[in-house]
Amino acid sequence: MSAETLPDLAGHFGRFGGRFVPEALIKALDELEAAYRSAKRDPEFQARFQDLLLNYAAVPSLLYRATRLSEALGAEILLKREDLNHTGAHKVRNVLGQALLAKRMGKPRVIAETGAGQHGVASATAAALLDLECVVYMGETDTQRQALNVARMRMLGATVIPVTNGSRTLKDALNEALRDWVSTVDTTHYLLGTAAGPHPFPELVRDFVGGIGVEARAQCLEQLGRLPDAVAACVGGGSNAIGIFHAFVPDESVRLYGFEAGGDGMETGRHAASITGGSVGVLHGNRTYLLQDDDGQTIESHSISAGLDYPGVGPEHAWLHDTGRAVYEPVTDAEAMAAFQLLCRTEGIIPAIESSHALAGAAKIAPRLREELGRTPTIVVNLSGRGDKDVHTAGAYFGLLDQVETVVPGENT
Amino acid sequence: MSIAQTFAKAKAENRSVLVGCMPAGFPTVEHSIEQMIAMHEAGCDVIEVELPYSDPVMDGPVIQKASDIALANGVRTRDTLKIIEAVASAGATVVLMTYWNPVEKYGVDAFARDLAAAGATGMITPDLIPDEAAEWIAASDAHRIDRTFLVAPSSTDERIAMTLENCRGFVYATALMGVTGARKAVSSQAPELVARIRSIDPEMPVGVGLGVGNGRQAAEVAAFSDGVIVGSALIRSVLEAPDRATGLRDLRALSAELAEGVRDR
Ligand SMILES: Cc1ncc(COP(=O)(O)O)c(C=O)c1O
Repeated sequence: MSAETLPDLAGHFGRFGGRFVPEALIKALDELEAAYRSAKRDPEFQARFQDLLLNYAAVPSLLYRATRLSEALGAEILLKREDLNHTGAHKVRNVLGQALLAKRMGKPRVIAETGAGQHGVASATAAALLDLECVVYMGETDTQRQALNVARMRMLGATVIPVTNGSRTLKDALNEALRDWVSTVDTTHYLLGTAAGPHPFPELVRDFVGGIGVEARAQCLEQLGRLPDAVAACVGGGSNAIGIFHAFVPDESVRLYGFEAGGDGMETGRHAASITGGSVGVLHGNRTYLLQDDDGQTIESHSISAGLDYPGVGPEHAWLHDTGRAVYEPVTDAEAMAAFQLLCRTEGIIPAIESSHALAGAAKIAPRLREELGRTPTIVVNLSGRGDKDVHTAGAYFGLLDQVETVVPGENT
Repeated sequence: MSIAQTFAKAKAENRSVLVGCMPAGFPTVEHSIEQMIAMHEAGCDVIEVELPYSDPVMDGPVIQKASDIALANGVRTRDTLKIIEAVASAGATVVLMTYWNPVEKYGVDAFARDLAAAGATGMITPDLIPDEAAEWIAASDAHRIDRTFLVAPSSTDERIAMTLENCRGFVYATALMGVTGARKAVSSQAPELVARIRSIDPEMPVGVGLGVGNGRQAAEVAAFSDGVIVGSALIRSVLEAPDRATGLRDLRALSAELAEGVRDR
């Protein structure tokens, strides 16, 4: 089997992927697949998608040679600056593609699940741009933690529905979005936020974000005259990672590294590392690696990064792991936050905490690659998003927030 | 009684089969056994035991809440098998409804073996379609467990035919596009779907689920189906009762009302 021809017709990547959903959704998934196949071949659709990426989302993103960071890490580090895209992350590529697809299918309404609110904001953005009704499901715990993103979505015209089932986080928001979809498929497209879920989502999302890797590969050839030694990305559901990996999969000399959220540390059990700390099962419509107990009940994940705080992972990563083509390793909260600070201080770039996991991973593999290759390695890191949304979390983590509430009113005047 | 015998008997009596659903271990293992036996005694022909699962995408708020309570109280897969054994040995015909991951985690063949040993006659798989079910089909054949897959108003005729070929016992027709939960009116999509199923396979008994909440609705659904599947309304009588005795009394009363309904078509 070769990566370029996967998934197979039933949506399988080896033993992973497929469709584990109620029969009531099969027609919608078939319709989506048919619409996607025809859109893929339609030059007009592709031109519209490329036009929006270029003129609205500020894509292609830069490939930036981070000199001071390179010095600090002992490797030549190139940052794929997805943080500079409109809405501040790679996710805009996926939502624009899917919103165009919803239009094409004549569906006036989109629904989305969101954890920290990044995908929700991106979905609300695309819906506003393309005049679609937008409903975002968000766990109640997250709506409280991420009040600013809730306000952003509302400003953009979306309806945010707090989910009070189960653990009240991302996985429950996803369940609720699936439930909505079962009863509204005629008018609604489910704008899934990552390269997971039932077929055809993992393939379709991969293709919409796949420009990241295509661009990075061309930029490497142009800037360096050669391919990098390694590509590194963080892995939540897996969209930014598969987006940058896919174009490099046939290049055997390029090592692919996915960094999962190791949370408090693998030994504590409090992490979100589905591949390195989970086992094979079925969750949210596909067979993949997930965090589960001995009975197959989903275990709640933990990460300082809301965007990586998900107990599953897209099926193509499960397959790349099994075949050995990509290597997955955990990065703890503490390691990610150290890398966050390092990038701020060496390059003047505040990264998303998600992306900081990729930076921390690059720091870990740099000495190994150096030894293996006998020279300075070149590593492309997918800087999947900017850190504006994380200022509060990082500020609290590093103790940078003035204790405003302790100031007695009137005392300073 | 096997599923086939249960449906044949009801047909001979010119009525529908009443299938009553209850999550295993809700609110505790002992109480759930008591509730299921009460449902059986009050007229449910088939007890559909639902294995509580953390991510039940096909279920509405009532079943999810009951499942969450069961899980919070520590119910395990092996408890569900014990519950089935207790209810089956009280004389009830038992089928299990389960999401797929707990089965895969247990081991598909071992699960079919232990389910059969516990006395269940069939299994309903809400998130497993026949396309992905090769291992389950082999295991359920080996251990003689009837297989119920779902069909929906959106299913094409080709998919209905394919699904019926893979069902044994009965097929589960989801009466409307949506998740489980009692609704005010019975959907008009249901009779059309049942008619389509019958035109493809006149022999396969059709159970209709999603939305039935009282005897009148049970009678309406019984008029065009072979089986009426009720879950949320029964669970609610336990969930909303001020105390256990009232919950059991209401559960019996509703089961009896539904049992009358399926005879009044
Ligand atoms: C900036 C950023 N990077 C990465 C992720 C993780 O998602 P994925 O693994 O699908 O790229 C998120 C999710 O919210 C994100 O906002």
